Amino acid sequence: MSAASERQRVNHANGAGPEGAPASERVGGSGGAKPPGLIDRRDFLIIGTKMFVMTSVALAAFENVLAGTPEAAASYNTADHWWAMVIDIEKCIGSGHCVKACKLENNVVDEPMYFRTWVERYHVNPLDMDHPIVDSPNGGMDGFPETYPDATTTGKTFFVPKLCNHCADSPCTQVCPVGATFRTNDGVVLIDKDYCLGCRYCVQACPYGCRYIDPRTNTADKCTLCYHRITKGLKPACCEVCPTGARQIADLKNPKDPVHEFLRTHQIQVLKPQMATGAKTYYNGLDGSVR
Amino acid sequence: MKRVKDVEHLLRLGALFVLGLLVFGIARAELVPATFGTLGHYRAKAIDDVRAKPIEHAGQAACADCHSDIVDLRAQARHKAIACESCHGPLAKHADAPGQLVPRLPVARPLCVHCHAANTGKSKRYPTVDIKDHAGDENCITCHKPHNPRIL
Repeated sequence: MSAASERQRVNHANGAGPEGAPASERVGGSGGAKPPGLIDRRDFLIIGTKMFVMTSVALAAFENVLAGTPEAAASYNTADHWWAMVIDIEKCIGSGHCVKACKLENNVVDEPMYFRTWVERYHVNPLDMDHPIVDSPNGGMDGFPETYPDATTTGKTFFVPKLCNHCADSPCTQVCPVGATFRTNDGVVLIDKDYCLGCRYCVQACPYGCRYIDPRTNTADKCTLCYHRITKGLKPACCEVCPTGARQIADLKNPKDPVHEFLRTHQIQVLKPQMATGAKTYYNGLDGSVR
Repeated sequence: MKRVKDVEHLLRLGALFVLGLLVFGIARAELVPATFGTLGHYRAKAIDDVRAKPIEHAGQAACADCHSDIVDLRAQARHKAIACESCHGPLAKHADAPGQLVPRLPVARPLCVHCHAANTGKSKRYPTVDIKDHAGDENCITCHKPHNPRIL
């Protein structure tokens, strides 16, 4: 063993620093040498920074490990789709099949006031165009009474099916305080029912009245555009059962979708365009009196 | 010297800081759900949860797979464009296990009336009747066969 390492060993045994000086001599000493067991500001900052960086990196890595990688959906790529609904008011006869099918498909509470889609009947009196009479008995599910009691021969009457507009800039997702509702990359506004607090902000925020609180779970609920169906190549239940084809699901990113021809040849409107919500439920033949 | 005394303060402060950071990090990892933030300000797995819901309506293609005779029967009829499940109801379970779950026939008259009762708001081109005037209390399917409703 060399003399140098022998000295070092001895110094360690004495509890002194590697430089070999006794601790007592170094306390309060100036300049270069460090006191044993203590560190100066420079070292503290270096060590502190290292610890901070390493802790942050470790936490970030840990978080990614916890999160895992999102499951890649087989043969369905959200980037390839942009979903919308096209409703032809001229074809709607108010059968209410869509309302019933929606409730059965999505297990919606079978009571009035809980609808993911519903049908309104408008009656517009030409002498008072700004104040249409609107009715929707049980969402239109059981059909409509034959006439309005005061229906005049000059007025016009038509049906307006309503559902979530799956807005591109939806107000409901913007107000959610916890991120329990969101718009997917393929343009569908969904609710995370496990994460929803039931605070009702979104119910207030929706300009179209499309949201409600499910009394069974006390969480927000609304149309999902039958996301469990459209991602498997099926139509939404309401479009499937519509007897006149008044409701059509539309994939605007699919150039082969027949909806493009329809959009080219018809005058399309959305509800409340002044709200700038980027609504994607497109109506053909929408009357100006519809709210 | 003063510098050395300060170091102990700083060490304690630093230890507290690191401890706080660790507590924050662990609490955050525990409280923020997995997959939150991978696609946006939401739980990415929620999309899979919504997709996982079983379907109730089998879809027209599934019906036509077995019931091609009815599809052929309807091919020339006015009702040809209407999906089977529009009248027969959601039957995905029947499509999965045809033998086990036999669907009930729909009750005709209330169903026909949904679409064909004269009603303010229906297009003039659409075939409607005043039910009482048209058939009294007679059941619609006495005269009209639902898959091909034209009376031959």
